[in-house]
Parts: sequence; C-alpha cells; structure tokens
Amino acid sequence: MIKFIIFRLFYMFLVIVFVSVLVFALSRMSGDPRDLYMDDYATPAQYEAWGREWGLDKPLYVQYLVWASKAVRGDFGRSIKHRQPALDVVRASFPATLQLASAGFLVTLAVAVPLGVLSAINRGSLADYAGRGIALFGQALPAFWIGIMLILVFAVQLGWLPTGTRGDWKHYILPAITLGTGPAAGLLRIVRSSMLNVLDSEYIKLARAKGVGRRTLIWKHAFRNALIAPLTFSGLILAGFITGSVVTETVFSWPGVGRLAVLAIFDNDFPLISAVVMSIAGLYVFISLMVDLTYALVDPRIRFN
Amino acid sequence: MAEMREGRTGAAPEAVDSYVEASAGRPRIPGAATLRRSYRFMRRWPVIPVVIIAMLVVSAVFAEILAPHDPAQLHLRDQNTPPVWLEGGTFTYVMGTDDLGRDIMSRIIHGARISLIVAVVVLTAGAIIGTTLGLVSGYFGRLVDEFLMRLVDITLAIPFIFVALAVVIVFGQSLTIIIIILILFSWNAFARQVRAETLQLKTLDYVALSRISGASAWRIMFKHILPGVSSTLLVVTSLRVGQLILAESVLSFLGVGIPPPTPAWGVMIADGRDQLGSAWWIAFFPGMAIFLTVLAFNFLGDWMRDRFDPTLRQMD
Repeated sequence: MIKFIIFRLFYMFLVIVFVSVLVFALSRMSGDPRDLYMDDYATPAQYEAWGREWGLDKPLYVQYLVWASKAVRGDFGRSIKHRQPALDVVRASFPATLQLASAGFLVTLAVAVPLGVLSAINRGSLADYAGRGIALFGQALPAFWIGIMLILVFAVQLGWLPTGTRGDWKHYILPAITLGTGPAAGLLRIVRSSMLNVLDSEYIKLARAKGVGRRTLIWKHAFRNALIAPLTFSGLILAGFITGSVVTETVFSWPGVGRLAVLAIFDNDFPLISAVVMSIAGLYVFISLMVDLTYALVDPRIRFN
Repeated sequence: MAEMREGRTGAAPEAVDSYVEASAGRPRIPGAATLRRSYRFMRRWPVIPVVIIAMLVVSAVFAEILAPHDPAQLHLRDQNTPPVWLEGGTFTYVMGTDDLGRDIMSRIIHGARISLIVAVVVLTAGAIIGTTLGLVSGYFGRLVDEFLMRLVDITLAIPFIFVALAVVIVFGQSLTIIIIILILFSWNAFARQVRAETLQLKTLDYVALSRISGASAWRIMFKHILPGVSSTLLVVTSLRVGQLILAESVLSFLGVGIPPPTPAWGVMIADGRDQLGSAWWIAFFPGMAIFLTVLAFNFLGDWMRDRFDPTLRQMD
C-alpha cells in the first residue's frame, strides 16, 4: 500500500512538473515575457526591476527554477486586469466553481446510477431505453448548446428560472443540469456495462441459487461490486467536469474559475491564466489521487499488485 | 433474429418474406415486404449515419454552389428574420438570418467545411504520430515503453481546455493554433490502442521469422505489424471524429477556436446566445448541426467497432 502511494505521489509530481514546464515555455515563446506579465503603463524602471527579480539575464533553466520556486510559494505575478496577485483572484472564485461542480455531480449521480442499474437489470424496458437515450444524446450534444436551450425554454419562454449568475437555489438548477448531463452519459454507460458483467458472474448465480431475494441480490451483492469499474473511470468523468465548468460558467455568467479563465483571454491576462492552469492541474491531480486511494481501499487486488 | 433468418436462407430473401407473411395470416399490404426489407437493411448497415455524413461532405466540398447566399454577406434590412415556417419567414432565408442579417443556412453549410477540415487534419496527424509512437512503444518495450506510456498518462491528466486558453493568450486566435492544440491532445488514444495491439502481434511466429530473416526493427513495425493494427486504427479514428468535432465547437464557442467571421458552428452559437429573447433560431440550428454530425459519427464508429474489432466494445 505504501509503495502504491509513493508511486502515485511521484506520478502526481511528474504531471505537475510537466504542466509547469508547459506554462513556463508558453511564457517565453512569444519573445520578452515582460510583454505578457506587465501592462502598458509600466515604467522602464519597473521593467528593469521585473527582469532582475525573475532572472531574465540568466539562462533559461535558471529562469524556470526562479519561476517554479515563485510558483510553489503561490506567486504567479500580478493579474493585469485585477491589479492584484493572480493567485488571490483565482482563490476568490474557487468557491463558486466548487459549489456548481457539487450540484452538477449530484445531477450526474442522480441520473446515471439509478438509470444505469435499472437498464442493466431490465433490459429492453422503458428504463433501458431512457438510459440508452441519455447515453447517446449526452455524448453528442454540446453542453453549451444544452445550456442555451435550457435558458431559452425555462428562463426566456416560461420565465420560471433565472438566466444566470449566482444566487439562491433557483440559480443552481439550469447550470447543474448543463454541467451534469455530459458526465452522466459517460457514467451511465459504465455503470450499466459493469452491472451487466457482475450480474453474469458465478457468485451472483450462486446467490440466486441459494434463494437470496431479488432486492438484496441487486443492491447488496451486485451493485457494490459493480461500483468498482465506475470508480476507475472517474478520472474521465472528472475531466468532463473541468471542461464542463468552463463552458457552463461561460453560458450562465457564473463567477467561477472557468469564466475567469475565459475572460482572461480578452485582457491578455497571462499571469492570471497561468495561475488558473496550475491550480486546476493541482486540483485535478489531488482528486485523482484520492480516487486511486479509495479504489485501492475498495479493491484489495490493486493494493497488493 | 432478422439477421439469422436472412443468413440461413441466403440467396432468396423474397421467398422467405412471402412465406413469413403468408404464415402470419395477415392481409397483404402492398409494399410491406419492401418496407420490411429496408428496415432489415437499415439494421444491418449504418444507412442514416452514412447519409448524414455524405450530406456533410457534399456541403463542405460544394459549399459555394449549395449555399443560397454568401455566408459573410450582411443583409441589414433583414435582421433576425425567422425561419420559413414561422410568421415573417421567407424562402429567401430558409433557416432565418442572424442579428446582422447573415443567412443561417449558408453559414451552416460553410461551417461544415471548417468542422471537416479540422477533423481530417487533426485525426490524420494524430493518427500518424500516435501510431508511430504506439508501434515503437509496443515493439521496443522496456524503458521506451515506460517513458511513452507515462507521457500518455500525463497528457491525459492535463486540463487541456485551460492550456488552450493560455496558448491563445500568447499566440492569438487562428485555425493553425486550434489544429495544433487538438493534435497535441488527440494522439494519445491512438498510441495507447496501437501499443496494446503491437504487444500481442509481436509475439506471433511470423514476426519472429522475419526477425530471423534479418528484417530491421522499422521494417517489421511498419511492414508486418502495422497492417495488423489497421482495423483498430480505423475503429479508433471513427470513434474520435465526433469527440473532436465537439471539442472544436467548444473552443470556438469560448472564443479561442476559429476566429470570426469564419462561420464555425460553435462561433454561431456564441453569437446567437445574445439574441435568445428575440431570435432563438440563430443558436438553435448550428447546435442541431453539431448534434446530428456527432451522432452520425458516433453511430458509424460504434458500428465499425462491432464489425471490425468487437474486443473494444464497452457496452452492448
């Protein structure tokens, strides 16, 4: 188990290093990084000072180390638009993103798990067709278009729900559905196929032969084991959430990290986007580590290999 | 069932149809047999997806001839004209116009070209890079394999959409940039799948024999193993097309993809977003275009997988 954790930590470290090299390389590719990090009002003296502070007179790998050591301490430079440290701006908009992501995750679970299980146990039933339909449509419909059409129907035409921004519970409904649909389609497919696999196994047949009740059989014997496969795929689902949050926040003007990143393009705010990329990469890696550990706890075969 | 019956009789499906019909004791409906036969045909072959994709390719190639208007032409007197079946719609603009009076149908037809160009270029490049690395990784094994596969894992863990935003801040928005970004994030699926196949193929006798006869590693990889992975390659490619078109539309929607005024579908939806209250059709039709295209490619991909490589199957 300890070996497993150490290996995973090392891998986490590699991912972060890779992303940081990528971001650093981007900052040096367009010529003088000062053009990316400083606004048009900077004085020549400030220009010089910045160059000295970030080691621009030194070779590239030293520049990278300077950049990285600052990044580790949370210094990504000052946001050009917000005129304060970039990481502070990112930190301020994280709660909004996490709240939306949790709401979206609830939608994903509420749709994917029951429908996935039901469509596996009653093949050819109404639930099966509903499940297949969602799996099919959810993977072909662009999330931003779903969001816009939801706004059109429920906000513009019917006037039941608000069109966007953060607020009371009503503000969460449409964004959560928009965010949850794509990942739900993926999870549903996985839950369904994993459930079908488990139901076909010997120990389920044995339990059935022993006369275990249908409900116990499905929820206690089959469902628990069927959950292992979806757990391994949760990395993919997570990736769906990260992409989805950018799109959903843009559609609903939700004041989160994704919208912050999209707005950064219009101000050419490189310090801000670099802080966003690194924090998201960190978050992603941290969550997938947690998922792996849960997975190892649930399935002993992983732990001992 | 239908397939089994057809398979057994082989040469004379008409005879079976009339036999089944007679035995069921139903009145003869003219054309029912034809209908049933075409239904069976559609179950066996991906007719509808192929028709949609063919339409897409035709509109991409002949956009200038097919589009009723110039996609960038403004008709400021005809702003926000509704589609033809709504009040105020005309046959001049079948799907209506946007807030600048540009014809939506013409823009969708021209948008097909952008989507297909991106998909073809990215998948070709991604497949070449991914296949080469997959072959190398699988054939040489050991350190090379370890290194390349970790690289694949890492690229899978990168929040690609945020990296794309950063790239666009540095280099600006252009078709070339978006294609490069998408290539960087699409080779890994090919590499992984080709590697897995190569691992199996390289243990076979014919590979060992060609090694004994003095063939070089590269010759074995490209001449003897590559043909063996070609069906997998075809399947992976067809399954990726839909995802790629979606990814491109997301980036275009966010304003980091295809720069306006090029009529990309994602850009059109972004434009229509501000007009939802007055002209819903601006955002609606391009979304349907994306949906049908992706759906068609997904269906075709699934069909190809079942046909050529059932082991890749995840759900039945």
